[in-house]
Amino acid sequence: MTSTTPERRPRVSWEGFRKAADTLTTPLLPDDYLTLLNPLWSSRELRGRVEKVIPETEDAATLVIRPGWGWHYDHRPGQYVGIGVQVGGKFQWRSYSVSSAPKRSGRTLAITVRAMPEGKLSEHLVKGLSPGTIVRLATPQGDFVLPDPPPARMLFLVGGSGITPVMSMLRTLDRRGTMGDIVLHYSSTTPERMIFRDEIAALHERHPGLSFHARHTDTDGIFELASSDAGLDAICPDWRERETWACGPGPMLDAAEAHWEEAGIADSLHLERFSLSLGGDGGEGGSLSFQNSGKNIDVDGATTVLEAGESAGVGMPYGCRMGICHTCTVTKISGTVRDLRNGAEFDQPNEQVQTCVTVPVGPCVLNI
Amino acid sequence: MAIADVKEYCHLTPEEVEQIGAELDAIRAEIEESRGDADAAYINRVITVQRWMAAAARIGMIVSSPMDKKVRGPVLAASAVSLGLAKILENMEIGHNVMHGQWDWMNDPEIHSSTWEWDTGQPAEQWKHSHNYIHHQFTNVLGFDNDIGYGVLRMAREQKWHPVNLGQPVYNALLASLFQWGVALHDLDLEAIRKGKKDPKEMKRQLKQIAKKGRNQILKDYVLYPALSGKQWRSTLKANATANVMRNVWSYLIIFCGHFPDGALHFTEDELEDETRSEWYLRQVLGTANFEGGKLLHVMSGNLGYQIEHHLFPDLPSNRYAEISVKVRALCDKYDIPYTTGPLHRQYGQVLRVIHKLSLPNKLTQDDKPPTGKDITVEHGRRQDEERQQRRLELGGWSRSAS
Repeated sequence: MTSTTPERRPRVSWEGFRKAADTLTTPLLPDDYLTLLNPLWSSRELRGRVEKVIPETEDAATLVIRPGWGWHYDHRPGQYVGIGVQVGGKFQWRSYSVSSAPKRSGRTLAITVRAMPEGKLSEHLVKGLSPGTIVRLATPQGDFVLPDPPPARMLFLVGGSGITPVMSMLRTLDRRGTMGDIVLHYSSTTPERMIFRDEIAALHERHPGLSFHARHTDTDGIFELASSDAGLDAICPDWRERETWACGPGPMLDAAEAHWEEAGIADSLHLERFSLSLGGDGGEGGSLSFQNSGKNIDVDGATTVLEAGESAGVGMPYGCRMGICHTCTVTKISGTVRDLRNGAEFDQPNEQVQTCVTVPVGPCVLNI
Repeated sequence: MAIADVKEYCHLTPEEVEQIGAELDAIRAEIEESRGDADAAYINRVITVQRWMAAAARIGMIVSSPMDKKVRGPVLAASAVSLGLAKILENMEIGHNVMHGQWDWMNDPEIHSSTWEWDTGQPAEQWKHSHNYIHHQFTNVLGFDNDIGYGVLRMAREQKWHPVNLGQPVYNALLASLFQWGVALHDLDLEAIRKGKKDPKEMKRQLKQIAKKGRNQILKDYVLYPALSGKQWRSTLKANATANVMRNVWSYLIIFCGHFPDGALHFTEDELEDETRSEWYLRQVLGTANFEGGKLLHVMSGNLGYQIEHHLFPDLPSNRYAEISVKVRALCDKYDIPYTTGPLHRQYGQVLRVIHKLSLPNKLTQDDKPPTGKDITVEHGRRQDEERQQRRLELGGWSRSAS
């Protein structure tokens, strides 16, 4: 039914056909019935089935997921996806970098997750998810991406599970045969905890242009960027001329940011932060009213709209709680909110706002 | 007659009333904390069964159309019944409860009060206003709760008698068989329209919603599926009409047993004044009636046989009402609060008696309700939203679209 040949586009598309079938299934959608046959046959909410759980290290695993209808296999290498898993009956959302290379003809996508000591959901994803589980997905997002075509010389600075978006980039470069002059510096506490170590070693064998510096911080100590004999100048003397991608724990990224700024080339550094420090100026706060639930609360300028809603007892949707997954997005009917990450103000009526990173500036009404 | 103060009626001190409220809050908290995988699995299972029943019925009608009459008859009959049951399940255990926000805690946008649209004539948005807010907040308060007779029947002695009421037995039969369309028009307030009191902009908005929803429903059941059955279009049309009538009569029956049996009492406007949350709880218990039955009966009636528990906790998952009812009943026994329940046939028998008696002026009949408060009369007509108390928080979501 979907024989799409480049010469002749079908006059009745599959989407169009399903839309026409709406009249038979109203008030539901055809997809609501098709999921009875196959849980992936719905594009109402993006879905995926866990096909394989591949243990990478003791505390990390790669989930190979087959997405359902409505998924486009065109994420850019380095982007992350949201994954929603029902735990205790409730959908919990987190975002993880895609570690597989984008492939239009692909059938699956892979994300690599490390169980965090305090992260209940990541622990569940690594240890508790069995193949066949149906999960929800959110479309790929993020600006931490590999440009196309890639720059001739690149430097990747990686700490711990920060390897996942970089792995997607390396796999893409490998598959497209565009692996140029690349330096990868990868820190991990121990060799055992180093995700993808064998695959990287194999890539290094195949591509002489890829030089791989592994560092085991339990024995070798933290990588000091500025150190003259063992720092950046030692492993990659031409780092100032390279485009750099850095991904890892917050302190590592702070150090990189400072180092590049000092060199006056902050523009050539790309960062991916997995935890957010909301340092922005919050302003004076305000009163929030939640229209549909009929609740009101006054908060200061350091309390996010999400936190305010939760303390007022509104069933606020949320996911990553750091402004990346967009699960918490709600329509603001009136008023102004400020984004704590960059100070941007949103003052348009009926505007979609990310409640986990915004605070009210004066009175606001929200559609929830 | 009608109660002006629940405390006084129950002979309870303000402290006792607050204590009852605290105990009910504790029951709520316990259920909220224990919601989990089993509850999510329950609603997903009900939805799956309901969709299979609906799909099987539609397919049964189409594939049986070219068959021999001997085979076609039974398949068609089975399909009609299956569709009727699917519609009942969808309206009662799924739609009504999802729209109260009973399943919002799952964080699943596909089973959420803000997005659910049900298989009946009334648009979900108008239902969430007329039912979640008006009926659940002002339960059985004369002049405030539009569900006391739905503006069609005289269901309280305090409602002024009019010769038109003589036709009640007929209106009742019509309402039962056309229930979905009665419900569809419920939030419009036809009386206000007739008297020219309705805001024309709001009326247009609501009518547009109803027309769109009604058109889709009629098109599906009475045009498209019959057309797919080819030459047998007439039998499919009849089967669909049967399924709709089945659903109409059943939902009418269940809903009427919730507030019109003798034990369910009425209240005057005075009760609303400074009503606390605990007093609101008490009013729900006094104004509502349960009915008894097996598990299947409760599922097929959306667990509204636990109408008292539903009115106390409209947004808690319906599959938990059975266990809640044990605790609520014990609480009522402890404080000597009347708890109305009985077999379905007895409850409906009382409803029928009320409908027939109240078609006549009060002086010709006797009141079967337990003696309550003062003798008053309320005029026709509804309160507008501006004249009402602010929405309570636990009734389930309500949102308005722009058009």
